[in-house]
Amino acid sequence: MATFLSQEACPTIKNILLLDSEGKRVAVKYYSDDWPTNSAKLAFEKSVFTKTQKTNARNEAEITMLESNIIVYKFVQDLHFFVTGGDDENELILATVLQGFFDAVTLLLRNNVEQREALENLDLILLCLDEIIDGG
Amino acid sequence: MAQPLVKKDDDRDEEVDYSPFMGIEKGAVLQEARVFNDPQLDARKCSQVITKLLYLLNQGETFTKFEATDVFFAVTKLFQSKDIGLRRMVYLMIKEISPSADEVIIVTSSLMKDMNSRTDMYRANAIRVLCRIIDGTLLTQIERYLKQAIVDKNPVVASAALVSGIHLLQTTPEIVKRWSNEVQEAVQSRAALVQFHALALLHQIRQNDRLAISKLVTSLTKGTVRSPLAQCLLIRYTSQVIRESGVNSQTVDRPFYDYLEGCLRHKAEMVIFEAAKAITELSNVTTRELTPAITVLQLFLSSSKPVLRFAAVRTLNKVAMTHPMPVTSCNIDMESLISDQNRSIATLAITTLLKTGNESSVDRLMKQITNFMSDIADEFKIVVVEAIRSLCLKFPLKYRSLMNFLSNILREEGGFDYKKAIVDSIVILIRDIPDAKESGLLHLCEFIEDCEFTYLSTQILHFLGNEGPKTSDPSKYIRYIYNRVILENATVRASAVSTLAKFGAMVDTLKPRVFILLRRCLFDNDDEVRDRATLYLNTLGDGSVTETHKDVKDFLFGSFDIPLTNLEITLKNYLQNPAEKPFDITSVPREVKSQPLAEKKATGKKPTGLGAPPPPPTSAADAYERILTAIPEFASFGKLFKSSAPVELTEAETEYAVNVVKHIFDSHVVFQYNCTNTIAEQLLENVTVVVDASEAEEFSEVGTKPIKSLPYDTPAQTFVAYEKPEGIPAIGKFSNTLRFTVKEVDTSTGEAEDDGVEDEYQLEDFEVVAADYILKVGVSNFKNAWESMDAESERVDEYGLGARESLTEAVNAVINLLGMQPCEGTEVVTSNSRSHTCLLSGVYIGNVKVLVRLSFGIDGSKDVAMKLAVRSDDVNVSDVIHEIVASG
Repeated sequence: MATFLSQEACPTIKNILLLDSEGKRVAVKYYSDDWPTNSAKLAFEKSVFTKTQKTNARNEAEITMLESNIIVYKFVQDLHFFVTGGDDENELILATVLQGFFDAVTLLLRNNVEQREALENLDLILLCLDEIIDGG
Repeated sequence: MAQPLVKKDDDRDEEVDYSPFMGIEKGAVLQEARVFNDPQLDARKCSQVITKLLYLLNQGETFTKFEATDVFFAVTKLFQSKDIGLRRMVYLMIKEISPSADEVIIVTSSLMKDMNSRTDMYRANAIRVLCRIIDGTLLTQIERYLKQAIVDKNPVVASAALVSGIHLLQTTPEIVKRWSNEVQEAVQSRAALVQFHALALLHQIRQNDRLAISKLVTSLTKGTVRSPLAQCLLIRYTSQVIRESGVNSQTVDRPFYDYLEGCLRHKAEMVIFEAAKAITELSNVTTRELTPAITVLQLFLSSSKPVLRFAAVRTLNKVAMTHPMPVTSCNIDMESLISDQNRSIATLAITTLLKTGNESSVDRLMKQITNFMSDIADEFKIVVVEAIRSLCLKFPLKYRSLMNFLSNILREEGGFDYKKAIVDSIVILIRDIPDAKESGLLHLCEFIEDCEFTYLSTQILHFLGNEGPKTSDPSKYIRYIYNRVILENATVRASAVSTLAKFGAMVDTLKPRVFILLRRCLFDNDDEVRDRATLYLNTLGDGSVTETHKDVKDFLFGSFDIPLTNLEITLKNYLQNPAEKPFDITSVPREVKSQPLAEKKATGKKPTGLGAPPPPPTSAADAYERILTAIPEFASFGKLFKSSAPVELTEAETEYAVNVVKHIFDSHVVFQYNCTNTIAEQLLENVTVVVDASEAEEFSEVGTKPIKSLPYDTPAQTFVAYEKPEGIPAIGKFSNTLRFTVKEVDTSTGEAEDDGVEDEYQLEDFEVVAADYILKVGVSNFKNAWESMDAESERVDEYGLGARESLTEAVNAVINLLGMQPCEGTEVVTSNSRSHTCLLSGVYIGNVKVLVRLSFGIDGSKDVAMKLAVRSDDVNVSDVIHEIVASG
């Protein structure tokens, strides 16, 4: 049954992350059980951050694979946006989610997308995250 | 006075850069939460407090149950406020805290009020929160509202209800299924997002009903689907329908395939890509169907967005594994991708090129890859190495450049797995490409000179020992090996000593020199090395150039065919009960328990899910060969010619499940009975099958091998061997009875009683037919093979097959009778045709190739006439084939 479901399932997201320029959390939401403990989550965030640190994802969304997950990401000023999905997911759908989240945050922070602003308006950002993705 | 003020400003400015949450602490925030209890609610302040709480949760702090309940109660008081923003924060908080059932009731009434309020924002969010926190009983109460919400005009509300439905389906499916009418309506809605969610929910509801899904798909492919996300879903469902209609019938593929192809021209890239991916994943897809998909992917390859490039390359990589030909048109674009910024894309491009490359491009690729290898990570490198290995096996003539490449990268830095992969590749190349042996062995020798991994060194030395003596000039390698003895650590030294000895044993001219070297090893520090050296020196003779005795060679270097686990168990038993006579190695049972074979089947990918008796391993004939040769009585029969498929001798659900496999040798036949005891309360011992061969005169029984013990639910095999006249396809009917001693077992303790009762169990009969003597072996080009056979051996004859149901039935009957392999798809008879030609090929016992050409014709009265033309390497065999058909 499991394999049957996973092929035809609604496209799902495993997690969405917003990290600052040092790789620390600003706002994160996990929708899958791949990382059960908090330390596992932090370890994942760290590995994602180090892997993408050197690349340049400022203009266009970039994509990479890590531990059989696809990660689409984008950087703006000092904030890093990541969207993770399984490895049989449609990468373009992930990219669309990323773009949607990114555009929404840009609007909310009145085009001033940087860490300080984000933290001050954390409530808005969390609301926005919640409305984009409901449980995956 | 002005100055300190300025300074303060400076400080504050600097601090502003820091996080507003710096120094935040859970306890302090919880204290602040008391402000919720104020009768005068300050919305802004409360929002801030909630934000801080959420931030804490986000950072991974957990609240104890006590704290959570406190916060929850405080938050519920906030429902009094009318501030929209605050209300939304409240919703968020409730979701995060996920209260337990009894606390939920407090908020349900407020949430239900919100669900019906006029503010749409409230309704949508309230629905989502409610559905997250309630369980089945409460759900029935609010079901009415949810149903209304699904068909609400406001898309936000409708989507909220639908999404909640999808989540609720996991926990309380029955309730959600009642909404299918409303959901159906929602699918037709104009808003894109609603359509998407409704489609997903509908699919989930109707998942088990294949017919409903295909109806859904048909209706939607004809209608309009507005949202690109919904299109993607539809594509996925379509491919599911195609896959489930299973059989490769051309007609069903068509309508949905056209839809998929139409999607390739959609506006949204998402849809195009999803359609291309779906087409490539269709089973049995033809090149013609693939071409449009690949063209589209090729366009993506040159896009500016890395996501598109990555997606395209990954899909092409998957396609290249099964259909390399169509992908070759993209080669040029992919070559430019090798230098891409994104390393994953570059690696995927290289591996794809390696799969689809042809001989001329190999050199060019090799040059580019050498520059590339230094940039990428270890795991990518392993992928590349394996791709190079398969490439080399495809183009054996290019082995020189590929081998050089492999040895170059072997010299560079790398982890253990990486070097192991390279060494394995070189070993495989040496094994499969004989020309490459010399250079390959030399490369390996150079590698062990400074290899830092002991495991790899020992492996290579062992391999050298096997292959080195067979080369033209083995003495070359002795130097390398002897250096290991001097320079390395103990494990490697011991392994090197063994290798030297092997050289000495196999190559007689080298023996005196090897002996001198071995004698030097006697003074080594390590026990193992000295022991080995002594052993070899003593057993290999006196150092003169004589032929090493064959027994000695086998003793030293022959393979050890007693399973180690059994040896270990027997040794342990022996040590526990010291007996008078010395340990006898022949007493070690040679049969590996059937458990490991059953496990091999269980770990296979396809779930078998069959009933009580697990079928015996239908793995290749190798497994049977191993079982049979492990039994000394049967080892003398020679090479196994053919093993038939298992034939059931009992019906399903009986107490003892038995099926038989017929193994055909040159002049013997062995029947392997796989027995399973399905009664937990019984333990069977001394199980044999008594075979009555009265109707099979040409066979005479030669031996049997009983099962000692057959406990519950463990399959085991017993064998009966028959001798038959050589070469002739003797046939006969065998009736069987299972005879055993049954002991009662106490299921709670698993202990069996001491004495048992003899009993019998009747099994069904089976036959040995002529088809058992022919192996199914296909040929790719029947015409060529037919021409190459001796025309003298051709025998043609005509037969009337009498009245049959259909031509297909007649064709199948003859194919089964002969037991040969249909070639070039000629076993498929087009319906309603009057005639058919079938081409069969096989190998007859005695290794005689046989080709058969059958022409069938059916007339109005359903009478089938057949013309049979046989060609084989041996004239007699052709006659035999005719006899089979005549009597069948």
